[in-house]
Amino acid sequence: MRINGWGRYPSVDADIFLPQNFADIAQFMQTSATCIPRGLGRSYGDSANHSTVIQSSYLDHYLAFDRITGILTCEAGVSIRTILDMVVPLGWFLPVTSGTSYVTMGGAIASDIHGKNHHSSGTFSEHVLSFDLMLASGEMVTVSRQHLPELFQATCGGMGLTGMILSVTLQLKSIGSGYILQDTYRFSSLEEVCEQFEMNQAATYSVAWIDCLAKGSQLGRSLLMLGEHDTNQEFALPKKKVLNIPMDIATGILNSYSIKAFNFLYYNKSRLQKPHSRLPYTSYFYPLDAISNWNRLYGKNGFVQYQFVIPKESGVTNLRKILTQIVASGKGSFLAVLKKFGKANTNYLSFPMEGFTLALDFQMSQSTVELVKKLDEMIVAMGGKIYLTKDALMSETTFKMTYHAWETFQDVRSRYGAIGKFSSQQSRRLGLN
Amino acid sequence: MVARNQERLDTLFKDLVIRGAAGAHCFCTDLNQVDQHPIIMDEAVKTLGEIDIVLIAHGTLSNQAQCEQSITLALAEIHTNALSVVSLLTPLANQFEAQKKGTIAVISSVAGDRGRQSNYVYGSAKAMLTVFLSGLRQRLNSSGVSVLTIKPGFVDTPMTIAFKKGFLWATPETVATSIVRACDTKSGVLYIPGFWYFIMAIVQAVPEFIFKKLKL
Repeated sequence: MRINGWGRYPSVDADIFLPQNFADIAQFMQTSATCIPRGLGRSYGDSANHSTVIQSSYLDHYLAFDRITGILTCEAGVSIRTILDMVVPLGWFLPVTSGTSYVTMGGAIASDIHGKNHHSSGTFSEHVLSFDLMLASGEMVTVSRQHLPELFQATCGGMGLTGMILSVTLQLKSIGSGYILQDTYRFSSLEEVCEQFEMNQAATYSVAWIDCLAKGSQLGRSLLMLGEHDTNQEFALPKKKVLNIPMDIATGILNSYSIKAFNFLYYNKSRLQKPHSRLPYTSYFYPLDAISNWNRLYGKNGFVQYQFVIPKESGVTNLRKILTQIVASGKGSFLAVLKKFGKANTNYLSFPMEGFTLALDFQMSQSTVELVKKLDEMIVAMGGKIYLTKDALMSETTFKMTYHAWETFQDVRSRYGAIGKFSSQQSRRLGLN
Repeated sequence: MVARNQERLDTLFKDLVIRGAAGAHCFCTDLNQVDQHPIIMDEAVKTLGEIDIVLIAHGTLSNQAQCEQSITLALAEIHTNALSVVSLLTPLANQFEAQKKGTIAVISSVAGDRGRQSNYVYGSAKAMLTVFLSGLRQRLNSSGVSVLTIKPGFVDTPMTIAFKKGFLWATPETVATSIVRACDTKSGVLYIPGFWYFIMAIVQAVPEFIFKKLKL
């Protein structure tokens, strides 16, 4: 079967193995060739692409949940969406969530996902108490910060290259409502919005949307959105219909004109809206989940999502340089998201570090490949790096220059027999074999 | 829950309780062992008192080519997919008739609507279920018991792992939602998704002299 990431570029032919229990996986490990674990296929690029994948679809059971302490144990295939459906009415929430709820627990660890609260809560793995991992030998080990700490640091953010995550135990956070109070502020320049991130460190959630097509004096015009969990004990949410994009949209519908129009409306809509609003958590965290298959909007060639982080020092100046480059290319997307990260953790391949991160979509084409190459060079020079979960194009050199702990990562993999057993299209491209 | 694998029953048990089930009880057996059926019935009545809804969902997707070469295998497939269900339904029907309420829901298949060369062993077993349930529905109607015949089309489950999935395929979640709704509304026959009703109406309408030449 043909498989691909959420960006639909690139794709590969794959045999999909769907284990129904841990014993199936142990047997598979002992008898089969190289493979890569796969969850819901929401990584954008090729990190879960391989000729053989172990997909966690049927590992979707809860194993334990303490409603008093909020400690949850479940199999690796359970998604953020499934968990929130169950725990929000009980007053619990995931301590860290990505921008889509279609992410499995295995994927959340392998990507060490971050969210709008990175500045205060760090990454997903920082709330993981332990997880069970199936090694290449078929042996199952329980991994935590105390027990096998190096395997913990290699697996969290390790893109599935150390083994197959079987189950996860994590600490949920207590909330007082299923609703989020959102404050939206408009800024007409990059400098202003970056400064405001600094000023609003105390906000639980903060993220900004940037208009990547605005030029000159308007460069970096943006909306900063701050969020807090409401405390009114209202947990029942309105039922919402999910829209579906039934087929590929013709390439060319999303062009600089349509995106310019969208951006104009989006930016100016906030003039009409109240700056303070109250949203169900689903609309606040996962607006795009309301549209099934939204990736089809980019047509059959797909798209690449590009997310980088650059250090805080001269961050604003450097962001301005990068934005100028993107604006000049005319390829700016309508989903450009800016966030200020807090401190990095010690996982070998985790992405976040203190500084600014920007995520955007580019429709796939030859000129996109060239633009990304140019941007990669700038980011290397600035001491930044590119998020592996979104990446489809980075070169081995760029990777090895920016992920400084890659050799330690390989060292740990080698000790646990993972090299030659777990491999993806991405790991081969990045020279991790 | 009655199933063959104790380990998987344990996992499902924990999962259901965590998701909020008031209680769950498990019984591990292979339903092909029909001599166990009276014991299962006794256990169920002893544990639950009355039975509100029973869902019979076991089966195996037969390998048609192998069945054509093996009498033993062909009969075993018929036993799993039809006779074991008939056996189970016999005491269940009497229990529900005595209760004078409840729902018996059984997963048959669109494959039971007409025999096709690609899977007529499985299809004929499901056809037997469909007819059996149709009769049972009439019999129990006056007792206020509803009998639901569920006819799924292609469903993306471990049973169909080997198949290439396309637009006709449904997810287990969709199928489950439809079954719950049909139990609530006391429906009789349920095609899931609904478009299979029309597909099968066409398949059944094709005259035999044409149908026998088709490669279905």
